[in-house]
Amino acid sequence: MPSNKSVSDAPIVQFTNCRILRDHQLQREDLWVREGKILNPEKLFFDEKGSADVQLDCKNSIIAPGFIDVQINGGFGVDFSLATDDFKSGIDLVSQKILSHGVTSFCPTLVTSPPSVYHQVLPQIGVRNGGAHGAGILGAHLEGPFISKEKKGAHPEHCLRTFEAGAFQDLLATYGSLDCVQIVTLAPEMRRSSEVIRELTKRGICVSLGHSVANLSQAEEAVQHGATFITHLFNAMLPFHHRDPGIVGLLTSDKIPAGRRVFYGMISDGIHTNPAALRIAHRAHPKGLVLVTDAIAGMGLAPGRHTLGQQVVEIDGLNTYIAGTKTLSGSVATMDTCVRHFQEATGCSVETALEAASLHPAQLLGIEHKKGTLDYDSDADFLMLNDNLYVQATYIAGEEVWRQDVSGM
Amino acid sequence: MKLIILENYSQASEWAAKYIRNRIVQFGPGPGRFFTLGLPTGLPRDHPESYHSFMWNNLFKHIDISPENVHILDGNAPDLQAECDAFEEKIKAAGGIELFVGGIGPDGHIAFNEPGSSLVSRTRVKTLAMDTILANARFFDGDLSKVPTMALTVGVGTVMDAREVMILITGAHKAFALYKAIEDGVNHMWTVSAFQQHPNTVFVCDEDATLELKVKTVKYFKGLMLVHNKLVEPLYSMKETGAEMSQSKKPYSD
Repeated sequence: MPSNKSVSDAPIVQFTNCRILRDHQLQREDLWVREGKILNPEKLFFDEKGSADVQLDCKNSIIAPGFIDVQINGGFGVDFSLATDDFKSGIDLVSQKILSHGVTSFCPTLVTSPPSVYHQVLPQIGVRNGGAHGAGILGAHLEGPFISKEKKGAHPEHCLRTFEAGAFQDLLATYGSLDCVQIVTLAPEMRRSSEVIRELTKRGICVSLGHSVANLSQAEEAVQHGATFITHLFNAMLPFHHRDPGIVGLLTSDKIPAGRRVFYGMISDGIHTNPAALRIAHRAHPKGLVLVTDAIAGMGLAPGRHTLGQQVVEIDGLNTYIAGTKTLSGSVATMDTCVRHFQEATGCSVETALEAASLHPAQLLGIEHKKGTLDYDSDADFLMLNDNLYVQATYIAGEEVWRQDVSGM
Repeated sequence: MKLIILENYSQASEWAAKYIRNRIVQFGPGPGRFFTLGLPTGLPRDHPESYHSFMWNNLFKHIDISPENVHILDGNAPDLQAECDAFEEKIKAAGGIELFVGGIGPDGHIAFNEPGSSLVSRTRVKTLAMDTILANARFFDGDLSKVPTMALTVGVGTVMDAREVMILITGAHKAFALYKAIEDGVNHMWTVSAFQQHPNTVFVCDEDATLELKVKTVKYFKGLMLVHNKLVEPLYSMKETGAEMSQSKKPYSD
């Protein structure tokens, strides 16, 4: 059909025969893409009198927004907390490999490390768009070192720090630069944490509570100062107690400032959290659930020994422990496995499972106007999945960047 | 006229859809040979989302129509009467309307030709009757003050010029209007009655819409359903070859 597009000459692609996730529902609609963004076909039709240049039959796939992983420590032998010479190629490798898991944007995560590591590594992490080269980098997630000794989990004790002396200046000195930092996990019970949280929030950095022995009031105070996320709920925090629910109580707290929502990360690999606990959290606060992998270097590799920053980790099947202990340290789950496990364990709808890995992380980071949805004018980062939520193809900015090998590899 | 009575809204809609499909296929449209489908303006163009969205979501996005072949009256045009005149010209240029499909208001109006509209009127600006404003309030969150009071509409005369007219009437609230349209005289207070003087009209309705008609009328037309159903069975497809097409039945006239 002749097209007379008054706005742009760029090719328009129409994905047909698919079910797209829009307005929290799977709808039988076509997806239109132009210049890397989702296009409004009605405006195209009436205002530009334009039509599609290419029509692709999606064979009844589900089309969902690309997954966003806000806690991933590495994978495929790459450890983001190790300042190696080939760090850049390491991050490139991971960003390319996770496309097959449906991840189109991620926050490379650094566990508690000595300042030298931050000073060397952080400048090498640049915020960048995704593409055929790999998933987009939204910014770093710094998990530690301002965390509690009692709940350090797999983090090395000798690197833990406080900011009692100089508050935010101490933090800045430790990290070196906050230019490309998106999230910081800290323990709010530490002295002067309120100042630090306010300062970080002012700079647009998302503050997350984790690896902490805070009680509920301390956690609520942190939220009032700007904290919006909880790092891997249940893990590395005080267990829920009916007279002091601790950080877990934030899910149903009535002290959250109006108009704000507390999000919480869940590693739904079947190991970090008992499915019953996963269900309790989901039912208590479904709109805040953010699926994360917390994947470590060993993800994607054969079982055995790998590193996690300053520690050595042993992998046996899906279990990852600090070598010689029973302390969990990250996971080797992939994002799409987490989505499937979450859906099975909670019995939730496909839409809910998909949104926990796309819309909610985007809302957490305040980028839902361009990522995490298939709304008009948002970035065309999306996935084609089959009915069992296995990723068939990954698209970034409207370009296919990964496709399931038909031979079934 | 042909009065087609189906049991309910879905069946009436389906019959009408099949009929239109067969008519289009039998017409044999192609490059330069357009099947011009006329539709009444639903809501004024002033509400940018509503009418265009309605047509997009319910028709255009499901078919492979070229946007250049879609002509919708623009209520935001600087000179409204010129817009209406231009619309009439476009109809002429396209070779006239082959089939006009419309509904009927509870006050018996066709398009926005309210009671009192001339039966030979052309496309023009119309002030809406209270009945119509009330009926359209649902598109404006029930707020009467938000409903536009004027609309651009094709005229009764414009529709009469179409080669065929199909009117869809469903629901008990339309029953009286249907009675006035087909069992009473031609009257400008019930503008749909003008089609009694059109050579080729089809009224498709459901049982509820016949509630005010004489039993005799209803029985007569129900008895004709065997014949009328031949208009929708077999259902033709654009993919059929020329030979099969030439053997297809042409729609008969009454």
